[in-house]
Amino acid sequence: MSSGKTQEIFSYTSSILKEYPREQRFLLAILQDIQKQYNYLPREALTIIHEYLDIPMSKLYSMATFYKALSLKPKGKYVIKVCDGTACHIRGSSLIIDEIQKLLNISPGDTTEDGLFSLETVNCLGSCALAPVMVVNGKYFGKVTPKMVKKIIDEFGGQNSEDI
Amino acid sequence: MKIFKSKKKKTVLVCCGTGCLANNSLEIYKELKRKAEISGINVKIRPAVKATGCNGLCEKGPIVKIYPDDIFYCNVKVSDVDEIIDRTIKNDEVIDRLLYLDTSTGKRVKSHKDSKFYGKQTKIVLRNIGEVDPASIEDYIERGGYQALKKALSDLSPGDVISEIKKSGLRGRGGAGYPTGSKWEQCDKANNFPKYVVCNGDEGDPGAFMDRSIMEGDPHSVIEGMLICAYAVRAEQGYAYIRDEYSLAIENMSKAIEQAKKRGFLGSNILNKGFNFDIQIVRGGGAFVCGESTALMSSIEGNVGEPRIKYIHSTERGLWEHPTVLNNVETWANVPVIIDKGAEWFNSIGTERSKGTKVFSLVGKVNNTGLIEVPMGMTLKEIIFDIGGGIPGSKKFKAVQTGGPSGGCIPESLVDLKVDFDSLDEAGSMMGSGGMIVMDEDTCMVEVARYYLNFLSEESCGKCVPCREGIKRMLGIVDGICSGRGQEEDIDLLFELSETIKEASLCGLGKTAPNPVITTIKYFREEYLEHIINKRCPAGTCKELINYYIDEDICKGCGLCQKNCPSGAISGQLKSKYTIDISKCAKCGVCRDVCKFKAVKIKGGVAK
Repeated sequence: MSSGKTQEIFSYTSSILKEYPREQRFLLAILQDIQKQYNYLPREALTIIHEYLDIPMSKLYSMATFYKALSLKPKGKYVIKVCDGTACHIRGSSLIIDEIQKLLNISPGDTTEDGLFSLETVNCLGSCALAPVMVVNGKYFGKVTPKMVKKIIDEFGGQNSEDI
Repeated sequence: MKIFKSKKKKTVLVCCGTGCLANNSLEIYKELKRKAEISGINVKIRPAVKATGCNGLCEKGPIVKIYPDDIFYCNVKVSDVDEIIDRTIKNDEVIDRLLYLDTSTGKRVKSHKDSKFYGKQTKIVLRNIGEVDPASIEDYIERGGYQALKKALSDLSPGDVISEIKKSGLRGRGGAGYPTGSKWEQCDKANNFPKYVVCNGDEGDPGAFMDRSIMEGDPHSVIEGMLICAYAVRAEQGYAYIRDEYSLAIENMSKAIEQAKKRGFLGSNILNKGFNFDIQIVRGGGAFVCGESTALMSSIEGNVGEPRIKYIHSTERGLWEHPTVLNNVETWANVPVIIDKGAEWFNSIGTERSKGTKVFSLVGKVNNTGLIEVPMGMTLKEIIFDIGGGIPGSKKFKAVQTGGPSGGCIPESLVDLKVDFDSLDEAGSMMGSGGMIVMDEDTCMVEVARYYLNFLSEESCGKCVPCREGIKRMLGIVDGICSGRGQEEDIDLLFELSETIKEASLCGLGKTAPNPVITTIKYFREEYLEHIINKRCPAGTCKELINYYIDEDICKGCGLCQKNCPSGAISGQLKSKYTIDISKCAKCGVCRDVCKFKAVKIKGGVAK
């Protein structure tokens, strides 16, 4: 990682830490703020948090791997969330997941090599009336059929698109 | 065309619950507001346009209501806005086309109260949702909000409050149904300060979204409930733990806390009664197990959310080892009404041992998907067929799943079951947080069991071996059954594992994890045997056990299936018979959905 990037992470993380007292109870909130900014938890940021809160790195690692909202791997520019709550499931969400896997050649939890898409399954978005639902960077698509998947992905630059 | 006259100021309420938002209701709200501002020049009375929380009938969203005329428009589009302004707002006309169509009578109804969906409901918890702007404390106060707090602080001692809640018979709405009053009493007796009051808003059951709707649509009712408890148990600090995915709930709760502080309902010396209380919001980290009370507290403390053993109650030693009352969102929202209207009033609703109402999210294969609130003791039949409007596409009702991953599947034969905490327990399921997922003949019950096991194996925190490893083993076995590798002794093995997991797991997640498997075997053993012995999936769901084919006698050669097949597996010529190449078929079922002649059929048996 370039030193400029490291510097940027350092100053952003420090600015986040200023908002929180030095107490362990704010650890999850701090990690979530960092995750929101970078779509993952950069190691540099974790080092600073570890020093600030005096919490061992192993503990930070345990938090990062326990909570689904946190990730140690960078996520794609577009995060595709397919709802696999019960209502979506019985209305065919697994067929949607299959179709995306086929099109992007990634499994849930993975990111495409070009860093464009990440695929995640989530347990219920509370939009059961629209089941099955998929969400791309906050945009909802309801009553999705396998047929619609390619169109939706293409809307975000698709797997073969060059205008990235 | 119906014409009505009203001289009063009109209020236009646009549903901005998650379901409607996903259907573009925010655009409708903005457009209505903009147009109302402009047209204000010509209209004597400018309407107030408000964004509200979820109205419940998400299936028919976006929903727009107009008061005082009580008009209920559904499936509204941005292009309808002009007409609503011109005809309904300016000229007092009802637009028939946008009214709710009652499928049982075939008639359109003007007010939502005239529909079966709303007519059979009793709204206590959802009393304000869809009627108030969640961002406005004035709206809440106008509808009697914070009256209960005033009453408690002025007229009742902390002991009075506790005995009132005890008398009401309120039981925790989070799942287990523990008596709320007793919980408060235990915490009150513990003499170790500070004490804490916690709101469990980490709603994780798939298919359940009642808590989210309450926090989004009526956040003050939750805050008021927590305040009353804090007064009763002498706590000064509260925490609301809310799922991180629920961004709108977090936003609305935060706003509501700020407003309550400004109005003197939160902070120090509340209502000049010398009572102090504050609430902080903690965002959840996306772990299902954090819905378990001790895991949730561990998460608030800044640790991973692992449950702890509960031989000492949280009411004695909870958050940071201090006495803590933790209740679920829906429980909190019940509290102000009970204090306001009295325990006896609340006690008169419901059944012998389950008082009041319950909010359910009625989802799955049902016509009126949405959020409903009914008195305890209503039958499944009334809920699914009267309120829910039955099963879509004239399919046959097969089962209903309640209680999320801890619950079970209740078969059609028990459709007259009166829903309350105890009757659901007896049927092998549980109340849980209130997800009610309707399944039809196309839903495979073995696959449903597999789904829940998969969910639980991912969400097990890993602390107890029987839960961590046992669920995985069960999943492996059920997976095998779904893909045609099942053996007859599998069912016994599943029962054996279930026993161990139930006995030897620490928290509710593990103790109840086998429920979906046990109930599906209990009520649908035939279906398991069909998978195991004949390698067939009667519901036509399990991919490895089915093949799609086109019935030549029915196919009209329209080519729609070929056009829609994402795998390019269908070949044929227009006006002749089409065929499916099994080797290319991904078994996605699109062809079956699009065929107007029902020519695409499913053949059971192991795929070749």
